[in-house]
Amino acid sequence: MMFSAKTKAFALLLTVGLFAGCSSTGETVEDGTYGSDVAAIDQDGGSTVYGGDDQGGISSSSLTEEERMAAQQQAAQEALRDITTFYFDFDTAEIKQDARDVLVAHAQFLAANPGQTVRLEGHADERGTKEYNLALGERRANAVQRFLIVNGASRGQIETVSYGEEKPAVMGSTESAMAQNRRVELVFE
Amino acid sequence: MGFFRLLVATALLILASASANAELLIRITEGADSALPIAVVPFAENGQIPPGDKVSTIVQSDLNMSGEFRTLPPSKMLSLPSKREEVFFRDWKMLGQRYVLVGDLSRSADKVTARYELFDVNREERILGERAAAPATNMRSLAHHISDKVYEAITGVQGAFSTKLAYVTLDSFNGKPRYRLQVSDVDGKRARIRLESEEPILSPAWSPDGRQLAYVSFETGKPVIFLHELSSGKRTKIADFPGLNSAPAWSDDGRSLLMTLSKDGNAEIYRMDLQSRQVTKVTNHWAIDTEASWDHTGKGLFFTSDRSGGPQIYHMDRPGAEPRRITFGSRYNARPRPDNEGKYVYYVHQREGAFHIARTNLNTGEETVLTRTQSDESPSVSPNGRMLIYATKQGNDSVLTVISADGGAAYSLPASEGGVREPAWGPLVK
Repeated sequence: MMFSAKTKAFALLLTVGLFAGCSSTGETVEDGTYGSDVAAIDQDGGSTVYGGDDQGGISSSSLTEEERMAAQQQAAQEALRDITTFYFDFDTAEIKQDARDVLVAHAQFLAANPGQTVRLEGHADERGTKEYNLALGERRANAVQRFLIVNGASRGQIETVSYGEEKPAVMGSTESAMAQNRRVELVFE
Repeated sequence: MGFFRLLVATALLILASASANAELLIRITEGADSALPIAVVPFAENGQIPPGDKVSTIVQSDLNMSGEFRTLPPSKMLSLPSKREEVFFRDWKMLGQRYVLVGDLSRSADKVTARYELFDVNREERILGERAAAPATNMRSLAHHISDKVYEAITGVQGAFSTKLAYVTLDSFNGKPRYRLQVSDVDGKRARIRLESEEPILSPAWSPDGRQLAYVSFETGKPVIFLHELSSGKRTKIADFPGLNSAPAWSDDGRSLLMTLSKDGNAEIYRMDLQSRQVTKVTNHWAIDTEASWDHTGKGLFFTSDRSGGPQIYHMDRPGAEPRRITFGSRYNARPRPDNEGKYVYYVHQREGAFHIARTNLNTGEETVLTRTQSDESPSVSPNGRMLIYATKQGNDSVLTVISADGGAAYSLPASEGGVREPAWGPLVK
């Protein structure tokens, strides 16, 4: 199915608005797993359909206004996409609230450019065991992958790899160094 | 409380230099009050004995490293006997010695023969008297053999000084990381590089016959398991499934490997038959399951799982059985390594923000923290169950530390750039 650029931009706008609304409800994830997160995002993704329903009643003049806003939004999204590293708390793979808008922008970009691929590199800090950290890095990369897919990217565009604690971004054992090492990096090829 | 009483002999292995023939240096950092005093008298030499470290010096260093012995410096000896008739028990008693080892070395053609005798000073008895020969180029093996015999004669437990260590060193070369898989004697000497890579090498695991290593290498850009035959250097890529291929652990018969794969979505433990390369699932859970190791029966296994919310140690009586949780003492316990008697399991344990090596008594469930260092990883138990080697941090560097298996403490020593990690203690090989 083909949608016009206008329709897409509008849907995008609504999506972003809905996300902003959603994040403020601040759902707490009890068990610290990413499973609940993904479920919540699924609902949001579904609700973009309602944007399409609304479209029929919109006059052409207001669309122009929305177009202008959408263009602004587009620029904002591009700026967001400069951010390609996402951080995690110790021994979790939970995507932080402040990462979500940025990841949505990346997902929309991937959706709009089906030929584009991205590699998600998952990392852990030096604490704990190397093999467990390898699995933890993968879990983080997988969480980001799911988020991107739920928000429009397709599975075939995304490759994941975990380096565990083997490739720290910052050397050292300070809290700040370790916080910068618990991450997923998006590498566009 | 018990922790502070467990101050036994420890030896710290550090990487001496980043040069190609880098050797690990061992320094004794703490002696135990309970260590047995033994005098290893420099061996008399007949004929041309090869230069280098003296056999008796190597024996002394081995015994000290075990933490169970404290050797008398030769400078304090009142005499240097080499046979029974020259041993005056009264002198050794006065010096506070429990045991005296004397002997000599004789050269004939390409061989050196050691004749040695071990005496119990209190009972004024000979408890060991043997002859052993080795090529003149292999004095270190001869010395480790003597250490094994002395250790066994006194403790009743087979010595592990003739075994090998595998470990990974990391330094930088031309601005790039340089990982090297190395194999050395258990005292860090005679190190040989087996694999060099710009990408990480992890989790070396010895085959039961000591002829092969399995390990994880990132050389293809992702974690893949290789088998490496040490004599020929022949390598085989054994597991390269999508996702993780990691944490290899050999079965007792050397015919299968436990490994962690995530080909079906998340990290699970599988068993691979090495002949057919078929894999079968051992764990099946949405949590991370990894770091498997067979138990002493060879039928059950220990592994790490975060199914309770954080990593903990679990045991299965057989692959696929209902797992039983072993550790409860803190919120992070991982990488189990059982002894070969079913008494203890050793693992990485987080307490008050620091990572230590701890063990749990499998009969009583009692947990003991064994180390005082802060960032401990990769415990590996000696094949006789009496010693433990692990990696810890010194600043940004990683060093290896040996402790006796009932506990110990090690202090920081300055290390060279880079470091050494991922120690794996090789099997007893006849």
